[in-house]
Amino acid sequence: MPGSRSEARAPAGGRAATGLAVVGAGPAGLAAAVTAADHGLDVTVVDAAAAPGGQYFRSPPEELAAVRPGAAPRGQRGFDDLLTRLTAHRATGRVRYLSGHHVWTAARTGDDWALHTVTGQAGEGGPMVLTRRILLATGAYERQLPFPGWTIPGVVGAAGAQAMLKSGLVLPGRRVVVAGSGPLLQAVAVSLVQAGARVPALVEAAGYGGYARAPRVLAANPAKLTEGLRHGAALARAGVRVMSHSAVTAVHGADRVEAVTVSRVDRDWRPVPGSGRTLVCDALAVGHGLTPQLELAVEIGCDTTVRADGSPALRLDERLRTSVGGVWAAGEPGGIGGVGLALVEGELAAHAVAAEVRGGPLRETAGRVRSLLRARRAQRAFAELMGAVHRPGPGWRDWADDDTEVCRCEEVTAGRIRTAVTELGASDARTVKLFTRAGMGWCQGRTCGFAVHELARSDSDGARAPTPDRRMPACPVLLSALAGEDTTADPEEVAGASETPGAAEPGGNGGNRLP
Amino acid sequence: MIRIRVRTTAGSGGSAPGAGRPGGSAGSAGSAGAAGAAGPADSGAGFEFSFDGLPVRALPGQSIAAALWAAGVLSWRTTRLNGRPRGAFCGIGSCYDCLASVNGAPNNRACLVPARPGDTVTTQEGNGRAWLQE
Repeated sequence: MPGSRSEARAPAGGRAATGLAVVGAGPAGLAAAVTAADHGLDVTVVDAAAAPGGQYFRSPPEELAAVRPGAAPRGQRGFDDLLTRLTAHRATGRVRYLSGHHVWTAARTGDDWALHTVTGQAGEGGPMVLTRRILLATGAYERQLPFPGWTIPGVVGAAGAQAMLKSGLVLPGRRVVVAGSGPLLQAVAVSLVQAGARVPALVEAAGYGGYARAPRVLAANPAKLTEGLRHGAALARAGVRVMSHSAVTAVHGADRVEAVTVSRVDRDWRPVPGSGRTLVCDALAVGHGLTPQLELAVEIGCDTTVRADGSPALRLDERLRTSVGGVWAAGEPGGIGGVGLALVEGELAAHAVAAEVRGGPLRETAGRVRSLLRARRAQRAFAELMGAVHRPGPGWRDWADDDTEVCRCEEVTAGRIRTAVTELGASDARTVKLFTRAGMGWCQGRTCGFAVHELARSDSDGARAPTPDRRMPACPVLLSALAGEDTTADPEEVAGASETPGAAEPGGNGGNRLP
Repeated sequence: MIRIRVRTTAGSGGSAPGAGRPGGSAGSAGSAGAAGAAGPADSGAGFEFSFDGLPVRALPGQSIAAALWAAGVLSWRTTRLNGRPRGAFCGIGSCYDCLASVNGAPNNRACLVPARPGDTVTTQEGNGRAWLQE
């Protein structure tokens, strides 16, 4: 922040009793911010991206969109409406908007919360946001399972391929196999085909028949059913072969994807011996659903619970309150449910915050809140069904041979993790991490966390919840930014210090280890 | 239905420019940028930056990772222990697999950093701070 460092470091935010900080400007955060501002609250939005929209409404930067426009996602009109309302509230000062800022921790100061932010690639200190209440709308990232060859260039996250397509208008290859589990894969395959890729197969480890287990939930969510059918029709038109109860169990190629092996899997996701067949492709887009982004919530002390999909999510009440006073959450942090649910919960949470500020339920929005609650119940039921259908079966662990890297950052193999479990007695992800460094690297276990938990637990543990570690800071922070937080150093001096090379890596001892 | 056209990577039969070799320098093979299938916008808008000494074209606003994909380059980092090639994986800045050195500074997430005219991007080997260990 050249030239404005001292100003930028000054506390910002609604310190008044009517203050609300919304962390994240995806669908949930935006819906929450404009609704809270409609109620007269003083809202500060902090978002890591350059432009609002989160991952779902991720769009190319303006310069690029002008050169080559992309297809608008579904729901674009509703999003445009939210942006219009946001702009109006920013014009009156009701909403303050900090783009390109990441909240790395939140601390109590009396009745208020102090949100500490960093900005820029390196993690330079940004302004502190003082606020009475926090609404967490931190979204999700993709859940991954390891298998031989998944680190070869050309293997990309399914959501990652879509993100690169949305923001950069590029593809990882010409012939892209889409694999993993969950309805996102259908959307990704359709996007890739529309962008000109060949998608020879969509490989789904579960079976879509699982949804038929809950006809009433389906009946209450006709839009989800329609979307599934629409995607199915689009895939059929494009000649994409949908292979359910199947998984990519190996990727072939030295420094680049040349082919994949697709195997049939049983209901526990165990590969059926002899069923493997080779599919030629130059890229693989793979993912096993999404997992909530909880670093900040866990750091603040919010309770988590395990959802039907097997991943941890925040424990929330009907008013979207977390277990920590003054902290609400909306959208994916409460369990993966998609854009529709995020919009509903964002608005609902803002009404709940407003009701608390005013000291009781608000008559003028009572009808709206009732209908939002109905929509939330229906969509949460669908989310749980979706999670149960696509929850990785225990047999996926047979995909990873002992040489398969599980932790991509620290290059820790499944074999080393198994040794830690069977010979050293580790029975949870944290102990495995201490023995092997799995999950200790740059990404702080975001990519391998679920897999390490699954490899560490024994089947007798049943559905024992993976409890996320507290890992402060929630993102990389320059040492100079850390030093700047607790001192009254001359801003010029702090600015100078930030130019010293050597960023603090997440987890402190994780990144800069010297061999 | 709106169809958008995008450039794709070299794909089958293409060489792998920039694919890291264990313990070696990436970009030793081929010419980055030559492998990308030409897209409609190649003619007008856009600019160049260099990747491991070779010119790569980028569109305004594109991330470094997106421009490299468009040029057929899928890897621009070698891992610290085994020297294996890596590139963009999560695409949203959460996995840190796509770290690259940009204008001499290591540990830039290429999927987040916009390419700028004249940038010097190099394959990040290991932690990118070999100078600290000399």
